[in-house]
Amino acid sequence: MTAVPAGQADGAFALRLRGVCKNYGKTAVIRDLDLSVARGSSLAIIGPNGAGKSTVFDLISGRSKPDAGAIWLHDQRIDGRPTHTIHRLGLSRSFQVSQLFTRLSVIDNLRCAVLWRMGYRYMFWRALSGLRDVNQRATQLMEQIALTPQRDTLAQALTYAEQRALEFGITIAGGADVILLDEPTAGMGRGETQRFIELIRCLTRGKTVLTVEHDMDVVFELADTVAVLVQGELIALDSPQAVRADPRVQQAYLGAAALPPSAGGHGVC
Amino acid sequence: MTVTTRSWRQTALRAGPWWLYGAAWLLAPLFFPSSFSLGLLSQIGIGIIVCLSYNILLGQGGMLSFGHAVYSGAGAYLAIHTLRLLADGWPVPVVLVPLAGGLAAVLLALVLGWVSTRKAGMPFAMITLGIGELVWAIALMAPSVFGGEVGISADRDARPALGSWTLGPALHLYALVAVYTLACTGLMYGFTRTPLGRLLNAARDNPQRLGFLGFDPRMVRYLAFSIAGGFAGVSGALTALQVEVVGADMLSSQRAGTYLLFTVLGGTSVFAGPVVGAVLMVFALAVFSAWTQAWLLYLGLGFGLVVMFMPGGIAGWFAAGGLRRAGWQLRSRPLDSLLVVLAAWMAATGWVAMVEMAYRLQLRAVMGERVDFFFWQLQAASATSWLLCGAAAVCGMFALARLLRAPAAVAPSNAAMERRT
Repeated sequence: MTAVPAGQADGAFALRLRGVCKNYGKTAVIRDLDLSVARGSSLAIIGPNGAGKSTVFDLISGRSKPDAGAIWLHDQRIDGRPTHTIHRLGLSRSFQVSQLFTRLSVIDNLRCAVLWRMGYRYMFWRALSGLRDVNQRATQLMEQIALTPQRDTLAQALTYAEQRALEFGITIAGGADVILLDEPTAGMGRGETQRFIELIRCLTRGKTVLTVEHDMDVVFELADTVAVLVQGELIALDSPQAVRADPRVQQAYLGAAALPPSAGGHGVC
Repeated sequence: MTVTTRSWRQTALRAGPWWLYGAAWLLAPLFFPSSFSLGLLSQIGIGIIVCLSYNILLGQGGMLSFGHAVYSGAGAYLAIHTLRLLADGWPVPVVLVPLAGGLAAVLLALVLGWVSTRKAGMPFAMITLGIGELVWAIALMAPSVFGGEVGISADRDARPALGSWTLGPALHLYALVAVYTLACTGLMYGFTRTPLGRLLNAARDNPQRLGFLGFDPRMVRYLAFSIAGGFAGVSGALTALQVEVVGADMLSSQRAGTYLLFTVLGGTSVFAGPVVGAVLMVFALAVFSAWTQAWLLYLGLGFGLVVMFMPGGIAGWFAAGGLRRAGWQLRSRPLDSLLVVLAAWMAATGWVAMVEMAYRLQLRAVMGERVDFFFWQLQAASATSWLLCGAAAVCGMFALARLLRAPAAVAPSNAAMERRT
């Protein structure tokens, strides 16, 4: 299944997956997945636990290699390439469990995240504090994710919500144009979630965004297309309204989650 | 970033520790002019360079290396061979020999580091251990180059070091070591403030995430490893200039273990930690070992205690406000604090005396039976001495355990401390 009608030029897609398979031992986690994501669109991947949502992210971002199939970022093959190469081509991801530099301060986490894109690479002959553009960008990001008061706090000493904000901050810091967000609002309260969705929407404007999300309210607010993954197979790909009305989705998703999708997500909080 | 403009006074104050550090190196020869103490001071400088370089790996990069002596040893061997060539009439000033040693070590680290830094964590530690043993074995197999167990010797003052100035006198060598120590300390501190220095911390904390930010964590480790190897080479070359003989033990993993032990003792989380560690290293190896046969035992015990009760090392303890906490203790509960100190002293005295007596019983022929201990004279063969010391040790430990069991008496929480102050 594809998100756009056949015949459209490949250049319109930020990301394409063709026949992607992934097995762990004898278990097929992802089966023959075809997925195309149009440039600038926002796709949410939903599905019951164990459907392979995070595995799809791992395959795209290079954390693991597909056993079969191909993945293109714009017009570059990226399947099986190392994570840092994929990032350099313009793809960035966040994690369900925050992956921060725990013993670095907030500002240093952000500085590390912007260095590559600003062309400083593995520089060891200039002081970090002297790199004006890096510091400006990191400070700007810090203001955007509202962590300015915690500038010099170590990442490990932040509250849970602050860590989630920093996780999102370093994900978008490099200016990648394809962004994968793995349950960005997991574990947040209702009010926090609402504010955070606003933040995501504001800071990823114009970018291609893929989100794995349990919370259907978040899905409806963030995504213009919803992909439903069940047992490693894509069973629906459509607008949120259409997906919600799809009887197959209702059966698969409700059967597993035992909650109406519109009732405000599963009971994380 | 809001770049705050600092006045020159603030800048000077912030650089305070550096002024002290520089002044200490400048003034030390005035207070310790004997060639023995100048030799010790030179050893301290050399130790500071190598421990700081080791901490680039351990503290800043989270890389536990058992093979760091390979690089200090490489610098030492290159230096000693260069000295021999210089004696044959090569027109190179001796003051540049440490630089050559550093360069050689960088080149070696660029080769061996490519293998070592493929992995982080435990595999890294094992690879460095393997390479360390390998290099040591090769050194023993090629005595013409490495001199075997005896080593290769050369004269540091066979040629002028710079102009007509030779390195012969201890003071001259000290001056050279001091200059190199200050320069290397400055450079390594500078390194911690560069992009690569910060990325190295990031690779320590979460290498996977660093990969998702465009950096290859392996390349970060590799470059840092080579830089650390280079500084180790400088220190090795200075060692060669000081002792004028280099043997295979310069490359041994036992030596690398010594770097590890004293770097941890000084503290890996603070830049100055390895400086503290290096001072302790020279005191332990050169001074303390002359006082008592049992110095390794005390060293092991002390190391264990520091690891258990000061997880950040000695410098880390100070940096985390340990002194302030201790002072607060003393002021708020002077009697309890005094009792704790007394009990600890009693237990330690008892144990130390028994250890000393046990050593004398073993080595009666060499050391005799008398133990001169503060104001007392103990006899290793006398039951009274043993009873007395045993009683002191047991009572002291018992009292200490009782005193420490009441937690409020000894260790108030930070929060409690904040409330009171």
